[in-house]
Amino acid sequence: MGKTVLLIEDEPNIIEAVSFILSRDGWDVKTHANGHDAMDAVRRRVPDLIILDVMLPGKSGYDILGEIRADADFATVPVLMLTARGQTRDREMAERAGASRYMTKPFSNADVLDAVRALAGT
Amino acid sequence: MSPERVSVFLARRSYRRRRLADAARLLPLAGGVLFCVPLLWQGAGGGARTVAAMIYVFVLWAVLVVVSGLVSRHLRGGEDEAGGADGGGAKGDGGGME
Amino acid sequence: MTVLNILVLVCLLYVVLLFGVAFGADRAARQGRVRWLRSPVVYTLSLSIYCTAWTFYGAVGFAARSGLEFVTIYLGPTLVMIGWWWTVRRLVRVGRSQRITSIADLISSRYGKSNLLAVLVTVLAVVGTTPYIALQLQSVTLSFAAFAAFAEPGVPTAPLSDMQSTALWVAAGLAVFTILFGTRNLDANERHHGVVMAIAMEAVVKLCALLAVGVFVVWGLAGGVGATLDRIETSEIARFDVSAGRWVGLTMLSAMAFLCLPRMFQVMVVENEDEDHLRTAAWAFPGYLMLMSLFVLPIAAVGLDVMPAGTNPDLFVLTLPLMDGRDGLAILSFLGGFSSATSMVIVAAIALSTMVSNHVVMPIWLHYSGGAAMVSGDVRNVALTARRISIVGVLFLGYVYFRISGGGTALAAMGLIAFVGVAQFLPALMGGLFWRGATRTGALAGLCTGAAVWLYCLFLPSFGPAVFMSETLHEAGPWGIGWLRPYALFGAEGMDPVLHALMWSLLLNVGSFLLGSLLSFPQPLERLQGAQFVNVFDHSDTPGGWSGGMAQSEDLLIMAQRIMGAREAQALFSAAAGRQGVAGYLPEPSPDFLQELERALAGSVGAATAHAMIAQIVGGAAVSVRDLMAVADETAQIMEYSSQLEAKSQELARTARQLRQANEKLTQISVQKDGFLSQISHELRTPMTSIRAFSEILRDTDDLSAEDKHKYAAIIHDETVRLTRLLDDLLDLSVLENGQVDLNVQSGTLEALIDRAVRAAGGETEHFIIHRDREAERVDLSTDLDRLAQVFINLVSNARKYCDADPAVLSIRTAVAEDQLVVDFVDNGGGIPTEMQAMIFEKFSRIGETKAGGAGLGLAICREIMARLGGYVSYLPGQTGPAFRVSLPLSGRMAAQ
Repeated sequence: MGKTVLLIEDEPNIIEAVSFILSRDGWDVKTHANGHDAMDAVRRRVPDLIILDVMLPGKSGYDILGEIRADADFATVPVLMLTARGQTRDREMAERAGASRYMTKPFSNADVLDAVRALAGT
Repeated sequence: MSPERVSVFLARRSYRRRRLADAARLLPLAGGVLFCVPLLWQGAGGGARTVAAMIYVFVLWAVLVVVSGLVSRHLRGGEDEAGGADGGGAKGDGGGME
Repeated sequence: MTVLNILVLVCLLYVVLLFGVAFGADRAARQGRVRWLRSPVVYTLSLSIYCTAWTFYGAVGFAARSGLEFVTIYLGPTLVMIGWWWTVRRLVRVGRSQRITSIADLISSRYGKSNLLAVLVTVLAVVGTTPYIALQLQSVTLSFAAFAAFAEPGVPTAPLSDMQSTALWVAAGLAVFTILFGTRNLDANERHHGVVMAIAMEAVVKLCALLAVGVFVVWGLAGGVGATLDRIETSEIARFDVSAGRWVGLTMLSAMAFLCLPRMFQVMVVENEDEDHLRTAAWAFPGYLMLMSLFVLPIAAVGLDVMPAGTNPDLFVLTLPLMDGRDGLAILSFLGGFSSATSMVIVAAIALSTMVSNHVVMPIWLHYSGGAAMVSGDVRNVALTARRISIVGVLFLGYVYFRISGGGTALAAMGLIAFVGVAQFLPALMGGLFWRGATRTGALAGLCTGAAVWLYCLFLPSFGPAVFMSETLHEAGPWGIGWLRPYALFGAEGMDPVLHALMWSLLLNVGSFLLGSLLSFPQPLERLQGAQFVNVFDHSDTPGGWSGGMAQSEDLLIMAQRIMGAREAQALFSAAAGRQGVAGYLPEPSPDFLQELERALAGSVGAATAHAMIAQIVGGAAVSVRDLMAVADETAQIMEYSSQLEAKSQELARTARQLRQANEKLTQISVQKDGFLSQISHELRTPMTSIRAFSEILRDTDDLSAEDKHKYAAIIHDETVRLTRLLDDLLDLSVLENGQVDLNVQSGTLEALIDRAVRAAGGETEHFIIHRDREAERVDLSTDLDRLAQVFINLVSNARKYCDADPAVLSIRTAVAEDQLVVDFVDNGGGIPTEMQAMIFEKFSRIGETKAGGAGLGLAICREIMARLGGYVSYLPGQTGPAFRVSLPLSGRMAAQ
């Protein structure tokens, strides 16, 4: 069985697409669709990798990332951030919050796979 | 023309205007006194004639009308007593209404 | 007999002409062609009502009795007009800035808007003017009788009853004229163009008539200027033996009366159109007076010489031409006298009726009807009716006086007696204009004392002994106290009665006025008004007066509409609201606005009444602390300076505030723009992500089942549709916001429109029920129906999408109120939290976490559309569920942008 990836994203079509790509690559994909209780999902699933959307209903992706990094258990879990806002400011904010990798929507499937593999390999 | 000259010119104008207002104030007083002059004739000779007094009064009357007309023509009623140190004088001199 | 008939005919024609002129002038004024009506010449001519029939006929009589002394009556006004820079200018300025309606109003307004003072002035004015009106009636009847006597030499003078009926007819005609043209509009500050024009014409007629008679006498009868002077020289008035006291005293008296006569005040101040007219009147009116007086002495001398002894010299102007058989000239002369009489009566009646109705009738009516009637009752009609009744009353009083006095010689002396009466206003008037220390108590004391002395020493004795005062009282004084004799007060024996009364009444009047002012302490309002009157040239619009925290603008508007008429009041209110930056008709009742309103009302009902009316609504708080402080500083200059400083610093503060606001707004716009771009980026990239991901999956994955292929293709399709819709919405919004949208105005009914919207939004189902009131929806609309439908579709589909009840019930309620169509969309779902209500019309705002389509632009677009259509859409709080209100003006007014 492969490693677990937790996808926190609210757009159902994107969830479906990413799940499809990663499952075919051998990942065990868990999904979560809102910001409020994202941290609970993280604790429950104990993922090896987290893919986190920035704009989530209920709570911003940066805040969730902050909580993840604040938790000793997950301080080193690689986090790939996805954002639909492509400004440099957003990238800086993501890096400051502790993102391992940052991707701007729309992305190519191959890029996602590469990024996930690279993050999992470290 | 140097700027100084212009300002002197304006001050002169507003000065004229104020003296004109003084004239307008003085006119009725002068008229009042002058209209009383025939009373003195009476006292002096005891035989003042109505015709003479009449001619005097009407000539004086006409003169007052003319002087008042001249003074009023150059005084704008809308301006303040103290006001119009600069622009007002220039406008008032034109005799035109706004 | 024929001459008499011609006279009657000419008179009637003249009256018709008079009505025609007044009517024409009024019509021209209403059509806005007032340029020539407002000329300084007309103003100057209107001042000529100073020359009444007393002048026209009486001056010659006066000259025949006392020689050149008659001229003093005209020298006084001449000096006043030449000295316009002193007083008249100030009077006119105050009158205009305070919207004064009469001399009573001016005095009352100056002394703290005291109605008691106004009533006192009014009563004194009526008492003084009534005999004067009687005098005019008498002159018309006398001249008519003289004409008749000459025309029919055999027949004795017409019996007294005939004379009285003539007087009655004249009085009735004048009443009709005055009511027709004098009470057309309530606002006394709106000029009576018709009346003024008619008076100006009459002024020309009387001058021409007197000049014509003069020319005829000098060159026709006497034979040239030299011969005329010889005639004077040989006549009984050849010696110039005028007493210095009378010469100076009468000049002063006429000057004072010129300023104080209610009718003069009316034409000089109230009807003044433009302060600048004074510049013309300053020389033209003295010139007019000079021309009027020019031939008086020659006519008197020739008359005394030519006419049989015992002829009434008062009628020389008429009888000289008649005797020489110049009927045409005589008729012209008669018209001159007729003009003099009628114009005086008309203006006096207008002036007095304004005073009586504003200061006596209206306060009483207000008192008895209370505050309620002021708001609900028709004050405007009451005021107009009061004024009309007052006119009839004043004229009737004049007629009655004429009847009672029997038209005797007592009337002839009435002119000077009335002058002394109105001169009692002068100390209060001038003191009020020039001395800030003058108080209401002083003015009351002075007026009462002066009036009492005048009544006792001059007015009552003028009726002759045994009418009001017994012979013994005349001879020995009341209770035998010698120094109280009416003609020899305090032992001043042997004086001319007029001079005697003038001296004592004014001395005591001024004395009481000064003493009263020095001893009393003025109320704040008095001090405020005092400062405004005395310093009228420094600051014509000092703020102050009301502190209107408690005032209700709506009540004020209702009241103002009753008085000024709906249109004027609304215009005033909305202009004030505009200045305050408030939309609609109801400005904040700020002190400035209340003062402006009070002045506007004062133009209709007088200062005291207007003050009382506003006080009833605002509730007493008349003077603010700031005003008190402003008054406390007696040094006008310091006050002026500090107020200038204050104004400057206020201005600076205002500018700073405006800059700060502008800056805040710019920052806000910048933040909004950032947010907007970021949002657009998000909204565009999200569907793009799905499209790209799935198209890559479809491209790169070989082993997809047909079902998955179809599913992924469907997702791609849906997302492109979503993208297209978003782009459409964005473009739509951009066009709407930039105002580039062309409205396609069509007509249709609301019912059809809602039908269409409901259909487009998916129609009714068992899970989505719509309640409508089709009866109320039968409203004809004339607007851009497609755009309005877009709004309705949006609201209906929002209810459909977001309502969480099952079944969802949407109620569409329609109402029409005051030209506004209101459609409410209320559903039974969970309401929108208060903090979100302000947000929902913003771009990209969405409620909750649902992703049910839309980019959150729908309501923003609705808002823009409604703004273009001249209405609005808003969230309606306090309903059972989410509720939106669409409001649209029915008259089809579009937003002006």
